[in-house]
Order: sequence, then structure tokens, then C-alpha cells
Amino acid sequence: MSADVFSAVYLLATILFIFGLKGLASPKTALRGNYSAIAGMTIAIVATFLHPSVQSYQWIVAGLVGGALIGIAVAVKIQMTAMPQLVAILHSFVGLSATLVAIGTYLVHREANELNPVLNVEISLGAAIGAITFTGSLIAFGKLQELLSSNPLIFKGQHFLNLALAITTVVLVVLFAQNPECGMYLYVATGISLLLGFLIVLPIGGADMPVIVSMLNSYSGWAASATGFTLHNNLLIATGALVGSSGAILSFIMCKAMNRSFISVILGGFGGEATASSGAVQTNKKVKSAGPEDLAFLLSNATKAIIVPGYGMAVAQAQHAVKELYHTMHEKGIELKFAIHPVAGRMPGHMNVLLAEAEIPYDIVFEMEEINSEFSTTDVCLVIGANDVVNPAAKTDKSSPLYGMPILDAYKAKQVFVSKRSMKAGYAGVDNDLFYYDNCSLVFGDAKATIEAIHNALKEL
Amino acid sequence: MSETMMGIYVFVLSCFIGYHVIWGVTPALHTPLMAVTNAISAIVVVGAILVAGVAHAETSAIEWIGFAAVLFAAINIFGGFVVTQRMLAMFKKKKKAGE
Repeated sequence: MSADVFSAVYLLATILFIFGLKGLASPKTALRGNYSAIAGMTIAIVATFLHPSVQSYQWIVAGLVGGALIGIAVAVKIQMTAMPQLVAILHSFVGLSATLVAIGTYLVHREANELNPVLNVEISLGAAIGAITFTGSLIAFGKLQELLSSNPLIFKGQHFLNLALAITTVVLVVLFAQNPECGMYLYVATGISLLLGFLIVLPIGGADMPVIVSMLNSYSGWAASATGFTLHNNLLIATGALVGSSGAILSFIMCKAMNRSFISVILGGFGGEATASSGAVQTNKKVKSAGPEDLAFLLSNATKAIIVPGYGMAVAQAQHAVKELYHTMHEKGIELKFAIHPVAGRMPGHMNVLLAEAEIPYDIVFEMEEINSEFSTTDVCLVIGANDVVNPAAKTDKSSPLYGMPILDAYKAKQVFVSKRSMKAGYAGVDNDLFYYDNCSLVFGDAKATIEAIHNALKEL
Repeated sequence: MSETMMGIYVFVLSCFIGYHVIWGVTPALHTPLMAVTNAISAIVVVGAILVAGVAHAETSAIEWIGFAAVLFAAINIFGGFVVTQRMLAMFKKKKKAGE
């Protein structure tokens, strides 16, 4: 096959990837989109197999088969609540693979005496971006899997150190371009980038994880693009750019939903226990508490109810209990809708997946903009394991750290019930004004047990 | 136009395509979007195959590096697509309770 034939086949794969992403515009076309992306990947791999420079196949086949076994085994078993961790660790694999490809490509070209300054710059960029993605995602995985503390790790001179390391990397890249034969520059630059990946994600707290997971998603795309430049392969460049912009847009959406700038997220230090203590819960104000029976009674007289799920629902594995409640309410003719805040859960769209897993129809699950006008005509709003995203202080209290963040207007409902474990403040460490509203009652206890108790009481009525 | 410049053209134009396509994705599917973009970014497997497939007897380091690169990319490809498939299958239109 001539070079042009390869380019044409790779173009076809690129187009299939674009259609794959386009399919996700609606749940109806999404599965077709995934098939399209799979077709694109298959075509790309088969075409590369036929590339004239591919001479031996045993290592390739071993890698593909091993990867398939591991990948499929993990993907089939993984729990939907653990999806953020899975995505994080998979990002790290893309980064690692890109780094290895860059170093491998360097060695191949050095043997063939085909090195030149431009190629060396491309190779070192591929290695560096891949390395940052690799270690950054490992830390994100560790935090999400709770192997590491989700508290931000901050030390003095951190940003200065990061800057110094970044500048050193750039200097090494320049030296490497001038001395193509000297692989040591590449290896040291890669090593520093690995360190930089650790240092970038360590100071970022649990609350900002949706942004970081999106950002690393973006990095994995840029790493693929950089690899494309190394190999002069437009398929990789284009595909990496698609993924990179996808992650960047998701980061932007997450930042906007938290009313935080991307820079302040990256600088880190937000959302740990240190900030939580400063927003100590005031004890002089009174909250009302209610039992599941009270809630069931109000629900039985309601015509319309909204549930606001948050990460607490996922932690308590309460989504299946919620589904039972939905069925009983539906039988009793009570209209139920779900309201999802963009940053609910640990990654974009996490709540939607959990509700879909519990077989709650997606057409009763609404995004913030779609449903916010409906709270004022709602009889009962039940908040399960969410906190900051329903805090009216974001609208009313200019001194609140949440001020300006878009919230779900749960406080506008006739009655609001909040299922909570304790009076602990939310991720942002801010007291929730909603709890002191006249129309708000707290239902203390484990979310799953609470929902089951509400469900049982409602069935009796 | 140099090959690198050509690459920059492709890169910039693809960013624009990505921008427009991604804003069209419904927020409810943002998690599957991340899973599928993750699988797609494992297109670095193309580079990995080119490294692993180089035939020569003396340097086995290249082959080991190539093998590891193919392995990690393949975990992503299969893991990413399968988990996306699992999630999207849950979003099938379900009959409402009692209907």
C-alpha cells in the first residue's frame, strides 16, 4: 500500500471517531456512536498491521491480547460508583503508552540515523505530556480510590518548584534538539515530567476532582496529538485534538458550575479539612429534624416531587432504594423528577449513570437549567447526599465562598427534606443556609436506610 | 509546507471540530463521553505497533518498550469501549413503571 492509501484509510478512521462523538448528542444515537468509534479503532489497527515498517508481529499480538484480557475483565466487573477511578487509571495508561511510544520512536530513529532537531522536539514533547498525564492520573486515581487522602497537599514554594521543573524541562528539550544523539536529555526530561505530574495533582482537593478528571482526560488527548507529531501521523494528531478539546470543554463546564476559575483549581488547596474548620457550623441557629414517616405522609399528599441526588447517594449505594421509591410513587400517581447539578458526583455526568443503572428512565432526569423553574410548583423536594449545590447562600450571601455558584433552587419547594448523615459541612466547608429555612427539615441517618424507611412507610399509607 | 506545519493545520482544524461536536453532547452522557474519549485517545496504539513491530535481532529494549506500549494502549481500548457500551446500554429507553 502506498502512503496515500494509508492516509486515506486513517482519514476514514478519523471520520468514524467524529461520528462516534457526535452520536453522544442523544441517548438514542449513543450506542451507534460507540460502534462507530470501535469501527474507527479497528480500521486504524488493521491498517497499521499492514504498514511496511511492521516486520514482526509476536510482540504486537501479545500486547493486544494481554491488554484485551485485562481491559475487558476490569470493564465488565467495575461498579458504576467506581467509574471516576476507572477513568482516571485508564488516563494514566494512555499517558504511559504515549511516553513509551516517544522513547521507543527515538530509539528506532537513532538506530536508523534519522534524527533531526524538529523530530527531537516532537519526541520530547510527546514523552513529557505523556509522563505528566501518567503520574497526574495515578495521583487522581489514588485520591478517588481513597488510597491517598483527598485533602490537598500543600507546601511552601510549591508553585515555584513546579515552575522551576517546567523551565528545566524546556531547557532539556532545547539541549536535546541540539544534541540529537544524547538520549540522556530525553530521559531526564521525562523523569522531571513524571515528578511534575505528581506535583500538579497532589495539591488538589476532593471537591475539585471533577475538574481534574476532565483536565487529565484532556491531557490524554494532547499526549496522543503530540505522539502524532512525532510519527507524522495525522490520524493521531486529529484524534488527540478531538479528545483534548473534549476534556477541555468538560473542565470548563465543571469550573463554571462551581463558579471557580480554572487557574484557581490548578493552584489547588481548595476543599480540604483545613478549609472545613474555618466554616464551622453555627450552633445558635435551630434546624428541624423529621422522621421518614413524616416525609412519607407528605409525599402521599403531594402531586409533584423532585429528588436532588448527590455523591452521598452513591456512597450509600442508595440508588436502587431510590428506584423502589420511584416505582411506588408512580403507582400512587405522584409525579417524580430528578434534578442533577453539573458537579454532582465525582465526575461529569456521574449521577446520570448511577440513576440509569438503577433503571430510572432518563426522561425524568433533568439538568439544572431545565428544572430550576419547577421547584416553586413542587410540593416535596428530597435532597439525598447533596449539600453545597442546594445552598441558597450562593445567591444571597456575598461573603460566602460559594457566592455566585449556580445552585438548584430546592429552597423554593413547599417542603424540603435533606437526607444527611450528620451536621457536617459540605465539600466546600460551608454551612448550609437551607437547613435553617422554615420549609426545610433534616432526616438524619444513612441515605439508603432512610430511603427504604420512607418507601416502606409510603407503601403502608 | 513542511510535515510539521501540515500537522499543525490538522491539529488546529480538529480542535475546532472537537469544540463543535462536544458542545452538542448531552450533559447526561458526559461520563460515557469521558470513557469513550479515553478509549479513542488510545489511538497511540498506532505508534506503539510501529515501535513493537520493528524487526531486528540485536536491540530487544525497543521491542520491550513497544510491547508495554501496545499492552497499556490495548487495556484502554478494550476497557474503554466495553465500559462505554455497558453504560450506554443502561440509557436505553425503559418503559415507565406500571405502563
